[in-house]
Amino acid sequence: MIQLANICKNYQIYQKKQGVLQAFQSLIHREYKIINALDDITFNINEGEIIGYIGPNGAGKSTTIKIMSGILVPDSGTCNILGFTPWKQRKEYVRHIGVVFGQRSQLWWDVPVLDSYYLLKDIYKVPLKQFKTNLDLLTTKLDLGDILNTPVRQLSLGQKMRCEIAAALLHDPKILFLDEPTIGLDAISKLKVRKFIKEINHEKKLTIILTTHDMNDIEALAKRIILIGKGKILLDGSLPELRQKFTAHKIITICYLTKKDCPIPYKIIAETENKVKLAIDVTKNSISEVINKLSNCYDICDISVDTRSIEEIIVDLYKEYQI
Amino acid sequence: MRLYLQYLKILLKSALQYRVSFILLSIGQFFVPFSIFISMYFLFQRFEQIKGWTLYEVALCYAVIHIAFSLSECFFRGFDSFSSLIISGEFDRILVRPRSALIQILGSRFEFTRIGRLFQSFIVLVYAVYHLNLDWNYLKIITLTAMILSGVVIFAGIFILGATLTFWTIEGLEVINILTDGGREISQYPLNIYPNWVKNFFTFVIPFGTINYLPLLYVLDKTNKNNLYAFIPFIGMLFLIPCLLFWKLGIKHYKSTGS
Repeated sequence: MIQLANICKNYQIYQKKQGVLQAFQSLIHREYKIINALDDITFNINEGEIIGYIGPNGAGKSTTIKIMSGILVPDSGTCNILGFTPWKQRKEYVRHIGVVFGQRSQLWWDVPVLDSYYLLKDIYKVPLKQFKTNLDLLTTKLDLGDILNTPVRQLSLGQKMRCEIAAALLHDPKILFLDEPTIGLDAISKLKVRKFIKEINHEKKLTIILTTHDMNDIEALAKRIILIGKGKILLDGSLPELRQKFTAHKIITICYLTKKDCPIPYKIIAETENKVKLAIDVTKNSISEVINKLSNCYDICDISVDTRSIEEIIVDLYKEYQI
Repeated sequence: MRLYLQYLKILLKSALQYRVSFILLSIGQFFVPFSIFISMYFLFQRFEQIKGWTLYEVALCYAVIHIAFSLSECFFRGFDSFSSLIISGEFDRILVRPRSALIQILGSRFEFTRIGRLFQSFIVLVYAVYHLNLDWNYLKIITLTAMILSGVVIFAGIFILGATLTFWTIEGLEVINILTDGGREISQYPLNIYPNWVKNFFTFVIPFGTINYLPLLYVLDKTNKNNLYAFIPFIGMLFLIPCLLFWKLGIKHYKSTGS
């Protein structure tokens, strides 16, 4: 359904120098630097998948999204999405995609949300009947009933995001690009948005490409992760795979009343009064054995065993690849 | 076209959300060019005529250019403020919608407050026509209308040129105002009062001459019955073609740099 092969993209940026004099100099003569934004990007995505497309800032995420949505032309490589080459058949192609840029609105600021929706209906030439059906469905699912007649500027961030997502789905796209859909939202709104994305993916077989820095989004939604750094794809795999590869450690935290004087053969991450946090390599030690040993040394009153959070894994990944 | 009307509707609705500011701005737009006309009026009180042109003849010229300018500012404002679309990234949004970028940019902004300027210029038009005592015929009415329409097209062309330049510069270019505001100020008088290089520039490069001096001669019966002058405004409209080609080039550049 989505095929990218050997996509490369270089940017030419001119170097800014400090100082007023240098700024004037750069008006006449500029020094250019070539940046490899994307270097041989290849991946395939099937219908109905939710892809978590992650990487640090400046890794090339948005360049990829721009190429996939037809805004940008790559220097080389091929891209076939739904049978289109996005940048060549832009108008025909974009009819089938929906794009939500988390930071920017696609709604008209001063008018009720519904007015924006009707304008979008005209832009995408959605037949009235189909439009009504979609609107009803989205209104129920995203709980928009009360806010459709409110001007956008009066909506809260969470309400606005729900409206944005609905706006991107009115024309029944086959692919949805979500860029930071939960940025700045409170916990409840985040959960609502995630739940909806999951449902719509399931019911409409919608393919979703999600770029985010919020690893909880990824964990809740994406079955597959593509990690990009410095313009290269570093990792392409499922979340459990990723976990297995990078979560050889578990974190055990214990509260104790008294402590005997005996050596602890594990790595202590943090220790405060009556509380100690240990990192356990589960490939070498079994958990029950660890707990056994610990209970010999401590008079334990509370214990918790945690897997390392996905957030930490990603930080490790970034570190490992030096991106 | 239907879509364009929908854009018009939603933005009019938006503008009316701020009623007081809308009214005040419109009044302002009425009085700013009005003061220009007043100074023109007093100029003629003192000198009676400039190179053989009387106040009413110049007033007609003034009215045509100001009506054209206010219409183009109202409807082509999207191009005039295009750099903001680039900076905010809104232009990317336009590109992911299945319509031509041109119509979406046109629809991105209307400056309805120009109704004040339009109204003011219209009053001057009526004033000029009332005092001129011309022999009106159909062709003259067509010519006058074409002068205004062609004026709108030329201003639109300049706006598009300016917008296209921002693909390279990102920041909006005040430079282009030399052509819009400057062009407007210059061509509110018949062009033959200026030195040759000004006249030639605004006839053959930016063709304000085709909506101002040349057809004016016809409307005012100064051409010795040469009716060809009546059709000159239509030639001015051709100015849009190179502007649109340049625009296409700009989009292509944008799509390869993304900024």
